[in-house]
Amino acid sequence: MQVKRGLAEMMKGGVIMDVVNAEQAKIAEDAGACAVMALERVPADIRRDGGVARMSDPEMIEGIKAAVTIPVMAKARIGHFVEAQILQALGVDYIDESEVLTPADETHHIDKFAFTVPFVCGATNLGEALRRIGEGACMIRSKGEAGTGNIVEAVRHLRSILGDIRKITQADNAELFQWAKSLQAPLPLVQEIAETGRLQVPLFCAGGIATPADAALAMQLGAEAVFVGSGIFKSDDPSPRAKAIVEATTHFRDADILAKVSRGLGAPMTGIAMDEINQTQRFAERGW
Amino acid sequence: MNTVGVLALQGAFAAHEAALRGLGAHTRQVRTPADLIAVDALVMPGGESTTMSRLLDTSGMYPDLKARIAGGMPVFGTCAGMILLATEVLDGRADQYSFGAIDLAVRRNGYGRQVDSFETDITVSGLAEPFHAVFIRAPKVVTVGPSVEVLAAHDGTPVVARQDHVMVASFHPELTPDARLHEMFLQHNGFTIEKERG
Repeated sequence: MQVKRGLAEMMKGGVIMDVVNAEQAKIAEDAGACAVMALERVPADIRRDGGVARMSDPEMIEGIKAAVTIPVMAKARIGHFVEAQILQALGVDYIDESEVLTPADETHHIDKFAFTVPFVCGATNLGEALRRIGEGACMIRSKGEAGTGNIVEAVRHLRSILGDIRKITQADNAELFQWAKSLQAPLPLVQEIAETGRLQVPLFCAGGIATPADAALAMQLGAEAVFVGSGIFKSDDPSPRAKAIVEATTHFRDADILAKVSRGLGAPMTGIAMDEINQTQRFAERGW
Repeated sequence: MNTVGVLALQGAFAAHEAALRGLGAHTRQVRTPADLIAVDALVMPGGESTTMSRLLDTSGMYPDLKARIAGGMPVFGTCAGMILLATEVLDGRADQYSFGAIDLAVRRNGYGRQVDSFETDITVSGLAEPFHAVFIRAPKVVTVGPSVEVLAAHDGTPVVARQDHVMVASFHPELTPDARLHEMFLQHNGFTIEKERG
């Protein structure tokens, strides 16, 4: 378990970037990414194209693995344990059981204890995070709303998860039973949070980060690292933006450095306001 | 009071800081040249050495840190920290920084990818009981210079080593509750440990 959970510790304070080919993977590594997420289309394109989004072609994942020295993650559909088996066989370093892909199971998530490769899962609230940890996830990322370039959902989800953790540390034993019930979360995990004041696994932020300031906002709110999907390669000039987001994630409390790295980056991705997306097209609603 | 810095550009710095504090050490996270001036020793954590290398550059810390290490500041590097401290890095990136502070050649990800990561008990010279070592995409020592003292080996390959004020481990002592290697680092360099608790 230390080996599985430990890799997330190594990614703390870092930026994990979505890449769709070896060339982008090199740009990400050059910029200082601590890992890359190999996928066929960034979330903004998945959203635009519609249809069923699946695990990437193994050949494309192999190409990215060969191009960089940093860890390579890849996405499997929610509940699609065979896609996960294939990704493990390919030797990816982390599997993201991701709501960005079209779910394969509308009731069950993958039994992540059955794998040697660690998993990251998305969560919009503490109950969802603890259900995923109960299934064996080694890292939680707040979901945000992928492919929008809009940080508002990520902020909502981080505040919800971290706010409830703060409340639970104030609860007495009787109240913890009620917390477990209302969160639909395993009681022992709720009790553990009451004692330690923190989630059992690292909490990263995803979904909507488009600027260095967005990354620093997530970190100041309490995220321990950030995922940037469409925000880099859907912007005008990906390389300097990627570098700036890496610096902003490290120096997230230093406003002078944030001001310096935010200059002259060209246009960020255009982005989508939440009321422009109808409920059925929200990725964050996927997951149970 | 002596302050032990933890290089906090990226990686497992929080876990190292917790281990040092558990020993009663006064700690400080180091991200800028100003932070570096305020510390008397430095722990360089696991993480991605390419990321840290880039951030050493953009933060303007590289020349100062190189000078401090050359000037005798005690440093303890684990995993990626070991890569940064070695004299030679194999399978790294050509533009990756190395401080050349300990005469070792190391191969980046020499033990393989995450699926090859493992944990095992090792015997460390100077410690009475075995140490539980967690290896994650760990660097592998390929050659050892004559002035390097090997403190522990796994399958014949050195995994803990020391050269004067520079100590390295290819695994992650910060991920287990056992702080004996941190303690060994501090004691070897004359830091007094005031145990406040326990």
